[in-house]
Amino acid sequence: MSDPQAPIPSLADRVRALDAGAPVVGAHFLGQTPVFVLGEETLLIADDAGRRVPIHAGGILASASDGERVITGGDDGKLVATSADGAHRVLASDEKQRWIDQVVLGPDDAVAWSAGKIAHVITNKGDERVFEAPSTVAGLAFAPKGFRLAIAHYNGATLWFPNAPGAKPERLEWKGSHLGVTISPDGKFLITTMQESTLHGWRIADAKHMRMSGYSARVRSLSWSAGGAFLATSGSEQLILWPFDGKDGPMGRQPKILAQSESRVAVVACHPKQPVVAVGYADGAVKLVRIDDDALILVRHGDGQPVSALGWDSTGQTLAVGTESGEAGVLAL
Amino acid sequence: MSAPPSPDKIPVTVLTGYLGAGKTTLLNRILSEPHGKKFAVIVNEFGEIGIDNELVVNADEEVFEMNNGCICCTVRGDLVRIIDGLMRRKGKFDAIIVETTGLADPAPVAQTFFMDEQVGAKTKLDAVITVADAKWLSDRLKDAPEAKNQIAFADVILINKTDLVDPQELNELEARIRGLNPYARLHRTQRAKIDINEILGRNAFDLDRILDIEPNFLEGEHHDHDHHHDHSHGDHVAHHHHHGNGLKHYHDEDMQSVSLRSDAPLNPDKFFPWVQDLVATEGPNILRSKGILSFKDDPERFVFQGVHMILDGDHQRPWRADEKRDSRIVFIGRNLPEDKIRQGFESCIA
Repeated sequence: MSDPQAPIPSLADRVRALDAGAPVVGAHFLGQTPVFVLGEETLLIADDAGRRVPIHAGGILASASDGERVITGGDDGKLVATSADGAHRVLASDEKQRWIDQVVLGPDDAVAWSAGKIAHVITNKGDERVFEAPSTVAGLAFAPKGFRLAIAHYNGATLWFPNAPGAKPERLEWKGSHLGVTISPDGKFLITTMQESTLHGWRIADAKHMRMSGYSARVRSLSWSAGGAFLATSGSEQLILWPFDGKDGPMGRQPKILAQSESRVAVVACHPKQPVVAVGYADGAVKLVRIDDDALILVRHGDGQPVSALGWDSTGQTLAVGTESGEAGVLAL
Repeated sequence: MSAPPSPDKIPVTVLTGYLGAGKTTLLNRILSEPHGKKFAVIVNEFGEIGIDNELVVNADEEVFEMNNGCICCTVRGDLVRIIDGLMRRKGKFDAIIVETTGLADPAPVAQTFFMDEQVGAKTKLDAVITVADAKWLSDRLKDAPEAKNQIAFADVILINKTDLVDPQELNELEARIRGLNPYARLHRTQRAKIDINEILGRNAFDLDRILDIEPNFLEGEHHDHDHHHDHSHGDHVAHHHHHGNGLKHYHDEDMQSVSLRSDAPLNPDKFFPWVQDLVATEGPNILRSKGILSFKDDPERFVFQGVHMILDGDHQRPWRADEKRDSRIVFIGRNLPEDKIRQGFESCIA
């Protein structure tokens, strides 16, 4: 394990700093262009012109990107798609103007979103399907294969085939409030973050349970390493990586614990190609962590402003960083 | 467990009250008064709000049990999400008001601020305000456990619609409320008319303010309200009796408060295990608890407050030379084993 006191190599002076001027709640790339989602109303498209594009009448609650468009959900009850040139259009509106607080992108340009208990899927043909969860939808994730959506809610998660209206959605049960959800890239495991400082998981084939605990805070950020061997998680004063490389996933195994710090990990974003994780801490520090040997590179010095967003471009050559206090940065490797 | 109060934390006021008591009237009054403050308002889905306010969020009251084996550890799942979302618009409002449904239990709302680290880091619970209908509360205390919960849990109680009852009934009702909740601030109102400074910025869950805001608690048995004296009893009261100071005390059938006091200093090595065991076993029945403690050989005063099983305590400040060093605790709850609690407390004396 690395010594948190030892000086580590730094790329901090190579970060292009931008004043976002508002809390950054998402960091994405449209092609090579970094796009920062701000807490209210606006996207900051960080191309040479540095354009600010107002797209919502209020707070922006959720965002997702496939590299061609950024999809956002707002407290104005609107779902908006924005492209790199700033062109944007409303994909859907909630009839009662409820908050759209979950958004994910799926296969074949499908978009899933939720407001209250209702999860919606819009296919690339524009067809819309809906599913009513037993309680408010707290997390959404598409399965890597097949057109299947995971929905996290109170007392478990549901797997739903939006294109198979006759098929009964599969319920995975575990008592408690499940907030976030992800499916392993091999499609075998479904993992939720819980109101308590734990993760819960199921092997989808047999609904066998996994509990992943030991965090000092609620886990709010999850990211799969390139190839899917590890699930990187926030919520502790270290980077916690759960192994998913065997048929039993992390059952009966210990996580890898890297990048020890005095501050808590707030955001994690795995490099898309290399076994490297970008880790953002509550004290403002950002580090690149190599999974094999815990080698660290500093990207941003801790300045007390919690890191709130991290994103890689699809090639893994550029990292975008945002903070709660409204600073943004772009590091080209 | 207690963090130093942060000036950046957004205060949250919870409005409760049984159906028809006047919660929405009070809410509209708060929003429409010319005080220059901006509020984010979280209303229940069926609520109606008559005032244009930019930040109004409809909530489904989703009460979630925590997975820690404690049935009273519940949180409002919707609040966790809504407060997270509202924080994106920080700067657009000075305070948050949560209006509950008439049948809601205030405890899950309050516990959300202690159980969820993220919510607790950004916001702080200011006070639970309960609006009571002067004409109908006595009946509701008999047939609606929710109404009783709301009174017992409150930091501030508005006895509203006082124009619909005569002074004697009002005194009777106040005494009844005092029997359930000895430390809440009581206000008599008509059409929920009240200076908003009496309901906002109370810091009722702030350990430093435990004493400042509760003269009744501070004074122990001596009530500072003089309108409690010599009125006749109502038939609905289970039983009542006179104390030496001429005050009449009402005891509810199942909900009551237990006040403890000791002039002798306590042994912290006995007190903490005792109080932790007490809230672990009686937590579901204990709605609120508060205390100021004098420990042996400890120059500092210890204060604590609790909601069900959750206790929050810390050293507050050195005892002053001119101050009487004694310990006082109050538990408000349902079917509390008073004798057992008193004996346990006395065994903690150093």
